[in-house]
Amino acid sequence: MSALLEADALRVFYRRVEGLHRASLRVAEGAIVTVIGPNGAGKTTLLAALMGLLPCGGRARYAGIDLAGESVEARVARGLCLVPERRELFGDLAVEDNLRLGAFTRTRRVDRQMARDLESVYARFPRLAERRSQAAGTLSGGERQMLALGRALMARPRLLMLDEPSLGLAPRLVRDVFRAIAALRAAGVSILLVEQNARAALQVADYGYVLETGETVLEGAAAELAAHPRVVATYLGLSGQTARA
Amino acid sequence: MSFDISLWLLQDGVTNGSIYALLALALLLVFAVTRTIFVPQGEFISYAALSLALLQAGRLPGVVYVLLGGGLAAAALELAQALRARRWRHLPRRLALYLLLPGAIAALAWWAAPRKPDLAEQVLLVLALVTPLGPILYRIAYQPLAGASILVLFIVSMAAHYVLSGLGLVFFGGEGLRSRPFADAHFRLGVLDVSAQSLWVVAASLAIMLVLWLFFSRSLYGKALRATAVNRIGARLVGVRPELAGSLSFAIAAFIGALSGVLISPVTTIYYDTGFLIALKGFVGAILGGMGSYPLAVLGSLGVGMLESFSSFWSSAFKETIVFTAIIPVLLWRSLTTRQVEDEEE
Repeated sequence: MSALLEADALRVFYRRVEGLHRASLRVAEGAIVTVIGPNGAGKTTLLAALMGLLPCGGRARYAGIDLAGESVEARVARGLCLVPERRELFGDLAVEDNLRLGAFTRTRRVDRQMARDLESVYARFPRLAERRSQAAGTLSGGERQMLALGRALMARPRLLMLDEPSLGLAPRLVRDVFRAIAALRAAGVSILLVEQNARAALQVADYGYVLETGETVLEGAAAELAAHPRVVATYLGLSGQTARA
Repeated sequence: MSFDISLWLLQDGVTNGSIYALLALALLLVFAVTRTIFVPQGEFISYAALSLALLQAGRLPGVVYVLLGGGLAAAALELAQALRARRWRHLPRRLALYLLLPGAIAALAWWAAPRKPDLAEQVLLVLALVTPLGPILYRIAYQPLAGASILVLFIVSMAAHYVLSGLGLVFFGGEGLRSRPFADAHFRLGVLDVSAQSLWVVAASLAIMLVLWLFFSRSLYGKALRATAVNRIGARLVGVRPELAGSLSFAIAAFIGALSGVLISPVTTIYYDTGFLIALKGFVGAILGGMGSYPLAVLGSLGVGMLESFSSFWSSAFKETIVFTAIIPVLLWRSLTTRQVEDEEE
């Protein structure tokens, strides 16, 4: 199967600590791929580098083109979208304006499409429809996450990169978010998922990577990875097992 | 001071204040979107006012050379950037923007100037000549430094101000010019003698404010500018290029500067460096309004207009001193009441 995204030995030199040394990964078209790892392993840096927010070394190809020199905005226009950990919503603007701006790269096309996409986002996240004219800054944590997801969907992503989508959410909302991720794959969107919640991530994903101190140290089909002793010991922390084996 | 005089001063204050209000809005917009203190705004006022006066005299305003030269420099920068990155996709459109558009406007001005067009055409021509200077200035001076600190951007602004004001002296000369009023009529309103020109100023300012409000609350590009102001990274993630936002905000600011120059040119004699002081008063208005809120900036600017007209009545020698001193208590109050905590998104 041809890979939609292929990153080879990505390096990021960062002013602060969290750097990236040798991160390599592939995302097949239509797959959910997850990157798990401890805090500070460089997961967020990896996504920022793939998005073009940080300058990086190494090679990255997306949909057959070399990403080097492509601006963030050009990547968005090609359907490579990021839902960042900090959400980066437009707090002063209404929920609906946030969503409409999500489709900014395709504004030159017909407006009817925009209305249809807006309706489908509202159908996916009914809470957003209730709050469509409210300022985004007034939303709760879970609603913000939905809005960030919805805003990214408005760009009609081909590959959606999600950074810690379950961060700071109540368990019930976490379940909702992962259900939404599975539904997106069913709709044909490939997904690169970065998570600290390794258990939930490996459950929903097809394939996974373990990132430690800026390097991809392990990879495998999600089910195999979930059974790997090192992953079990470090990230799944099953009770009844001596953690530091 | 009699009632009549205070009414008259009030009228004067509102007239000047509404021009300051427009300038304050432009300054706030540029600052919110690009973090730039837009000092060279004043030059656009001078350029527009002097150009209008020269067009009325049937002469070609020197601003066409600034426009052509600036466009050439911006196009050269685009070409160099395209060469370095080996990317040609956007080049034709940008070259057209920086070479063809200024060239066409300059040719139009050259053709129209000796034919003494009527007032509306003169005003449109002046706006067309001065407005593109905003994006051109942004491309040359600010875009290469977009990531720099506020202080660096401010220093760039000062440099741009001196360069543009020097170019103003070269191309317009040192003598002051004044254009004919839009209308000579006067209306008696009770004891007040309202000149048609001040009605023009107030009406045009209100109209522009309404258009700005509609632009920022209705259009997608207006919302994209607000989005960039609120969250730069978020804006990039939805595909709003910071250069587009910067260029657009500078175009709006230059348009407002040019319009202010056109409005004020029949009221006072404008020299090549007069605009700086006028823009500075708009800046004072924005500061009085807290440098963050558009409605408060308008109120602050009207306050500056009043303060100026009343202080020029009581002690005209200290007129400017009084206006610029007014920001000290405001700054003191704000630095005592505002906590320096950045609002985090989460």
